[in-house]
Amino acid sequence: MDISQFFTSADLFGIAPEIILTVTALSVLTLEMLHVSRPGIILMVAALGLFLAGALAINTSGDEQILFGGMLVLNRFSVFFDFLYITIGLLTLIFSQGYLEKRGSASRGEYPALILFAIIGMMLMTRANDLVIVFLGLELLSLSLYILVGFLRHDQLSNESGLKYLLLGAFATGFFLFGAALTYGAAGTTNYNGIVTAITNNTILSDTYLFLGIGLLLIGFAFKVALVPFHMWSPDVYQGAPTTVTGFLCTAPKAAGFGALIILFNRAFVDIHYQWQDIFWILSAMTMTIGNISALIQHNVKRMLAFSSVSHAGFLIMGILVLNETSISAVLFYLVVYSVVNLGAFAIVSAAEQEERGLNLKDYRGLAAQHPWLSAAMTIFMLSLAGFPPTAGFVAKFGLFSAAVSQGYIGLVIIAVLNTLISIYYYLRLVVNMYMQKEESTLILSYKMLAIVFVGLIAIMMIILGITPGYLLEIVTEAASTVA
Amino acid sequence: MVVPLEHVIALSMILFSIGVLGVLFRRNAITIFMSIELMLNAVNLALVGFSRYYNSVDGQVFVFLVMTLAAAEVAVGLAIIIALYRNRQTVNIDEINLMKN
Amino acid sequence: MFTSIFFYFLASIAIASAIFVVLNRNAVYSAIALVLCFFSLAVIYLLLEAYVIAVLEVFIYAGAIMVLFLFVIMLLNLGLEDAFPYFRHLQRALSLFMVGLFFVGIFLIMFNEQGILHQPGEKFSAGDIYALGEALFSKYLLPFEVASLLLLVALIGTVYLAKRKI
Repeated sequence: MDISQFFTSADLFGIAPEIILTVTALSVLTLEMLHVSRPGIILMVAALGLFLAGALAINTSGDEQILFGGMLVLNRFSVFFDFLYITIGLLTLIFSQGYLEKRGSASRGEYPALILFAIIGMMLMTRANDLVIVFLGLELLSLSLYILVGFLRHDQLSNESGLKYLLLGAFATGFFLFGAALTYGAAGTTNYNGIVTAITNNTILSDTYLFLGIGLLLIGFAFKVALVPFHMWSPDVYQGAPTTVTGFLCTAPKAAGFGALIILFNRAFVDIHYQWQDIFWILSAMTMTIGNISALIQHNVKRMLAFSSVSHAGFLIMGILVLNETSISAVLFYLVVYSVVNLGAFAIVSAAEQEERGLNLKDYRGLAAQHPWLSAAMTIFMLSLAGFPPTAGFVAKFGLFSAAVSQGYIGLVIIAVLNTLISIYYYLRLVVNMYMQKEESTLILSYKMLAIVFVGLIAIMMIILGITPGYLLEIVTEAASTVA
Repeated sequence: MVVPLEHVIALSMILFSIGVLGVLFRRNAITIFMSIELMLNAVNLALVGFSRYYNSVDGQVFVFLVMTLAAAEVAVGLAIIIALYRNRQTVNIDEINLMKN
Repeated sequence: MFTSIFFYFLASIAIASAIFVVLNRNAVYSAIALVLCFFSLAVIYLLLEAYVIAVLEVFIYAGAIMVLFLFVIMLLNLGLEDAFPYFRHLQRALSLFMVGLFFVGIFLIMFNEQGILHQPGEKFSAGDIYALGEALFSKYLLPFEVASLLLLVALIGTVYLAKRKI
């Protein structure tokens, strides 16, 4: 057997970002072992690794590359996602420092290491051209997240949500795997190109296998990105997890899940995508409506944001329902805005969180008087999530809705617009609470300057993107054109 | 072996369904976990059956990777269960609900 | 003829022990029944000529994973689980519907036989250690390496979460 068919030096260069991240994670763990007690150093090393990985990811952004004999495909789409993950990872690390110190586990090297491993998993998911790689990437991500969710190991809430996430995540993995097995059975291969060939040449073993297989894969994904009716774990897990992990949890895996779904349905199942449009329609309508209505009655900020993220997943499914170049680029734009805004919002929530209070909406009363700038940033985030002009959230929603309208999904877009209107209520409730007068002890006792600077930067960026989205739109269109 | 492929897959589906029902109905975190293992084994059976049918090794490599995952997941899962038990003295998921609206 | 009867015999043992796992209130009995289920699956793998997988099934599942389960059950000293299963949420009803759908799928497949597992004169060579090893280190090199990362993450997590003092 000729090994060069499957492995050459080009392959090694292709996965350089993953290798760098692995080495960084290992060195972070080693630093921890050597009792480097300054948490700043550990975070700095991790951030350096992320930067380096990002720089190497740029290098590979030329033409489409097929690596490891068809296991991975590198193109602008995957590079776009690599950057998104790296940005999310960097922001999470920056925002985590103050919070972890507050919860008394600052110097743990496992935290940045696990975030790096999660990023490797996500990179593999969107680079994958084979169900085996998607599976392994998904599990690398999920395993790291189970541990991160239960990271505060003396905190009962964290334990509890770790267990819940693990049980439901493993359950979802079962569905995903059975789906993958049946797809393998139907097509005789797990490679996307092979599956396409089998479907177009009609050499499928049995349509029942393929149908069940895709359905089960979809259920597995639906669990992982929290689509209704498979979202029940998300509020509990989001509430109990360390707040900065919650920020990571509601952004990165969603981006990776949707990225992988787009590739799966746009490459492997492209010929039978039309058979699944009704399912996507129903999933989308249910997810956004139920997510929104549940968010209305929440008093805990983390739970409110959890349900809001469920409803955002519903909006994103619209892009997969339509699945053309416009809708894919709209999904990518939406993912960037949604991720960055959520991270910013969770950074403020994590700064406000204290032992007994700081998570209830009422606790935010009077915040504007004490911290006018932070409140202004939070207001921008909430407006952006609700989709108000002139924030970037408006551009994102507008792009997605117009992509759906142009393909004739008027009914769904009407539901989506109604949902957007409902969502304004709960987003603004937080804003109104902040600007209400109330003389109480200060909510935010201490914060890291660096984190605050980044929160401000995100807020400014959201306004700039809302007014002149051209640059980012160009990038996402280019990324989408390589898969569509 | 003269058994048709369909019967192997049917066995795998039955085991998978039993596993799903176990996850849905049991209250004990450890038993739920065992039901998940049952689901993964059903997956393995299906993969081995298909691998035999196609006369290719792909399915068996997949099984190998699923087993790796199962081992990793069980290790992490039981560690979380132990950490929880240390704080709460229970593994019943009905009693584990500190979070409410 | 003999092998097919043997297959159905093993299949019924696997199903019976799986049902026992799910129905029994004592976690230790459940674990033992699951070991039985894994053993019968291992023999089915032998019948399917997947020799390596059969061995791994016994080593990893019956040997490593179930021992870990039993160890934790003993460590936590679990009693009997209270009352048997009941429906609580709409969600469960939905899920039951889905499982029902599965059985429909099974019947569809049962009455629609087309896959014959053994052609006369056919040589099956994908089940031995050579084929598996060759695939793992050529075509599946990357998945193999990623699996090692998976184990590393599990290692880190387990030590971090379960160790009393770190």
